[in-house]
Amino acid sequence: MEKAAKQPWLKPLVFAAALSPLLWLVSRAVRGTLGPDPVAEVLNRLGLYAITLLFCSLACTPLQIVLGWSWPLRVRRMLGLFAFFYACLHLSTYVFLDQGFDFTGIGKDIAKRRFVTVGFAAWCALVPLAVTSTQAWVKRLGFRRWKSLHRLAYLAGALACVHFIWRFKTALLQPALFTAVLVLLLAIRVAARVRAPSRRMSVTSESR
Amino acid sequence: MRIRSSEITPKALYLRRREFLALGAAGAGALLLPGGARAAETPHGRKLEGVKPGQPSTDEKKNSFDDITHYNNFYEFGTDKDDPARHASKLATRPWAVKVEGECAKPRTFDIDELLKLPIEERVYRLRCVEAWSMVIPWDGFPLATLLEQVQPTSRAKYVAFESAVQPKNMPGVGAFGAIPFPYLEGLRIDEAMHPLTLLAVGLYGEELPKQDGAPVRLVVPWKYGFKSAKSLIKIRLQETQPATTWSQYGGGTEYGFYANVNPEVDHPRWSQAKERRIGELFRKPTQKFNGYADQVAKLYAGMDLRKFF
Repeated sequence: MEKAAKQPWLKPLVFAAALSPLLWLVSRAVRGTLGPDPVAEVLNRLGLYAITLLFCSLACTPLQIVLGWSWPLRVRRMLGLFAFFYACLHLSTYVFLDQGFDFTGIGKDIAKRRFVTVGFAAWCALVPLAVTSTQAWVKRLGFRRWKSLHRLAYLAGALACVHFIWRFKTALLQPALFTAVLVLLLAIRVAARVRAPSRRMSVTSESR
Repeated sequence: MRIRSSEITPKALYLRRREFLALGAAGAGALLLPGGARAAETPHGRKLEGVKPGQPSTDEKKNSFDDITHYNNFYEFGTDKDDPARHASKLATRPWAVKVEGECAKPRTFDIDELLKLPIEERVYRLRCVEAWSMVIPWDGFPLATLLEQVQPTSRAKYVAFESAVQPKNMPGVGAFGAIPFPYLEGLRIDEAMHPLTLLAVGLYGEELPKQDGAPVRLVVPWKYGFKSAKSLIKIRLQETQPATTWSQYGGGTEYGFYANVNPEVDHPRWSQAKERRIGELFRKPTQKFNGYADQVAKLYAGMDLRKFF
C-alpha cells in the first residue's frame, strides 16, 4: 500500500501508454488511412504491439537487476496482460478478418505452415499466464511453482520472434532486433543467477 | 467498342469519390475498407498519347490509381509496401535504354522514347501477388513479342532473361540489411515471352508508368505471380538455357520455382495459395488457376507436372 502511494500515477500512465496504440489504430480506421490493405495493416500492427508489450513485461526483472529499479515490477502484470490482449486481437483479426471464419483453411494453416504454427504456439503459451495472473492464483499454486510457470513468458517471446522472422521472405532488421533484445534479457537473468545465487534465494523468500 | 477508364471518369472526380466513401464509412467492417486520405499526394506522370483499348481486358472493378501506386513490392526501394511510394521518386528514368541481346539476328538497344512511340494499348489485367493478394490494373503497353520480333530470335533462343536496373545511390533497399541480391533477375520460356498476353508496360491509367510501379518499362505476365513481372528493365537477353532468376535461387531455391504460374492447388511453403484478398475487398475469394487466364495459356504447359514445375 505504501509503495502504491509512492507513485500513484505509474499504473494509470502505463495503462494509457499500453492502450494508446489501439486507439491510434482505431482512429486510423475511422479516418480511412490504413492504406490499400487495411486488414493486413491491422493484423501486422496488432502483432507488433503484442510482441512489444510482451518484451516490455520481460524487461521488468532485468531492469531491476541491472539498474536496481523496482517500479517496473509493479507494472509487469499489466504489461503482460496487455501483451495477451493484443495477441488475442491479433489472432481474432487473423481468424475473422483475414481468413473470414474459414476454419478448414485455418486448421490447415496451423498444421502446415510453420510460421502460423509457431505464432499460434506463442499465443497458447500466453493463455495459462493470463489465467494465473491474479494474486489468488499465486497463492493457489505457491510462489515457487507460479514463478516456474511464468517462465513460459520467455518461451512465448522466443516463439513470437521465430513467428516474426519466418513471416518474411527475407531477413529483416526489426525481427532480428527483437531476437537480439530477447537474448540480452535472458542473458542478464542468467548472469544474475550465476553471479549471486544466494541473493536471489533471499529475494525469493522475501517476496514469499 | 471499348472505352478507356480514364475517359469515363476524370481523375479528380474519382479521387474525390474515394474521400466521400471514407467519410461515409460506418461499422467495423466498413471501417476497414480503404479510404482515400492520401489521394492528393499521388504524383501523376505525363499523359500517354494515342492509347487504344486492347484485348483481352477484364470487366472487373479496377483498383484505384492510389492503391496501385501505394502498395508495391519493389525491394530495391525497401521491403515495406509503402516504401516504393516514398522512395522511388529518386529513380532516374532518363536517359533510359533497353538492351536486347543474345540469340537473335539483330541485337539492338531501344531508347525508351522510341518504345513510347510504339502502338500502345490498354489491357486491364488481374495481378495476383504470391503473397495472396490481388489487384485489377489497367496497364498501357505493347506485347513483348512486338519487341522480340524486331531482333529476330534464332532457333537457339529457348528462354528470355530479364534484368532490372540497379541505381545504388537512388535505391535505399540496395545494400540494406538482409537485402536480396541485385540486380533483380527474371526469366520466361520463349513461348511464354512471345505469348500475346505478355506485355511490356509503359503506362498505367493512361499515364506514363509511375516510378514505384517499375518505370519506365516493365514486364507484365498476368497468369504468373507478380514477382515474375520484373520492373524497370534495362536488359532482355535471348538464350538457350533456363536463366537464373532472383527468387528461384533465393534461400537455396526454397522460396519459388521458375515457372510461378498462379495455382491455387500448389501452396507456397509458408501459406496457402487457395484464396486471395482483392485489395479493396474485406474477405478473401478463391484464386483461379493461371489467374483466370487458363483458356489462353494452359496449353503452354500441356503434359507438364505443375506441382513439380511450380
